Amino acid sequence: MRRTILHVDLNNYYASVECLYRPELRSLPLAVCGDAEARHGIVLAKNYPAKNLGIKTGEAIWQARQKCPDLMTISADFGKYLRFSRMARKIYSEYTDQIEPFGIDEAWLDVTGSLDLFGDGSSIAYEIRRRLKTELGLSGSVGVSYNKIFAKLGSDMKKPDATTIINADNFREVVWPLPVGELLYVGRSTRQKLQSRAIYTIGDLAKRDAVALRLFLGVWGETLWGFANGLDSTPVRQIGEESIVKSVGNSTTAIRDLANIEDVKLIIYVLAESVAARLRRHGLKCTKIAISVRNTELFSFERQGKLSGPTFLSDDIAAKALELFQANYKWDKPIRSLGVRGADLVTEGQHLQLDLFDQREDIEPLERTIDSLRGRFGHYSIQRCVMLLDRKLTGFNPKEDHVIHPISYFK
Amino acid sequence: MSKRYVEIIAEHNLEGKARPLSLKWSDGRVFDIDRIIDIRQAASLKAGGQGVRYTCRICGKEVYLFCDEGRWFLET
Repeated sequence: MRRTILHVDLNNYYASVECLYRPELRSLPLAVCGDAEARHGIVLAKNYPAKNLGIKTGEAIWQARQKCPDLMTISADFGKYLRFSRMARKIYSEYTDQIEPFGIDEAWLDVTGSLDLFGDGSSIAYEIRRRLKTELGLSGSVGVSYNKIFAKLGSDMKKPDATTIINADNFREVVWPLPVGELLYVGRSTRQKLQSRAIYTIGDLAKRDAVALRLFLGVWGETLWGFANGLDSTPVRQIGEESIVKSVGNSTTAIRDLANIEDVKLIIYVLAESVAARLRRHGLKCTKIAISVRNTELFSFERQGKLSGPTFLSDDIAAKALELFQANYKWDKPIRSLGVRGADLVTEGQHLQLDLFDQREDIEPLERTIDSLRGRFGHYSIQRCVMLLDRKLTGFNPKEDHVIHPISYFK
Repeated sequence: MSKRYVEIIAEHNLEGKARPLSLKWSDGRVFDIDRIIDIRQAASLKAGGQGVRYTCRICGKEVYLFCDEGRWFLET
């Protein structure tokens, strides 16, 4: 049976929420920005007047001000955005129990089972848009289609506050003329590869031979070919259905540039503790550690290495991360941001090869004790002594400060 | 149109729902809410904000009274 899938995208989400609370700013160019003092000063979202002046998401505040000296900047209030996101999902949940959020402002809804109750896909889309506007004061654009990929493409086609319908009869006219980069999972490098083979539009991709694409791009080639032909059959997940965690990581842009190994050690310890605590909370251990490093020129790289055995202890994670860092960084530039990630996860209860000479059996109870102390008395109630060397640099808590996690389409 | 925060006297029932009984204007005058005509979640596009909207009749006039996470305001 053909499915009916909606993709709802809340337009200019952060900026719209801010404008709702300050209607006098609605007609002025406005950007929601990260905290410039903490060096997170980039544009996170902008409203339509700002968009018309050419302001782009991701550029620095000073770049945006060059285009528009009168730009209003508002610092982000994630608590508020999460609250509106929850309220939006509550509206969706009156139409289906299959709701898969994609970031904070987008979601797929599989309404196949509710068509007899609420009418066809486009009338449900209209009803959802109407309720978003009256109940939350936000506008959304909705794509209606029979698979998730086309639904997402549809929601990007007409903005703001519009519905786009893509069905099996019209997708060749609607989807195929679009540039291939619009397709989910065609990023810059895949796009360049495809263009080198004269694939410029989604239609070009769809008309190619799937086997040839597989030879050219690997498994991805065939997957993308399926996307372009509307053959994607990934289900929309149920509410509360957790995706399988593939890795646990934290990263941060430090409050000042990291100039030497001592600074890097501090940050790595903070990140490793957060990664370890999150692994423990999920009952997982990692067998591989990856670090990501970005210098002041915004050049970045990632390196990974295998651990001798599965672990969820911050000491092991930090040691491996430091080892990777020292083997791979030459200090030609100071560092702007660092990330530590534990990958190749296993469940903590599984049998493992013990080390004859490993005498550290009391470390795990120690780290669990720290977890419970922090749970009861706050994150900063107990810390490594080394953290006190530079309280400004280490004064962040990646485990709780971060509330919005990027997610992947392939769970 | 502007947003006017007001003090409220309300009745909180066992289900956790609040029902405003009277409101206190900034100059100290107290107005009884004669009737609540409608209660729904809504955005206030005129005053700016969002919350539970109570359509109230006060002294023969219909006004929108919003409860935004415990803070009450009127569209005036």
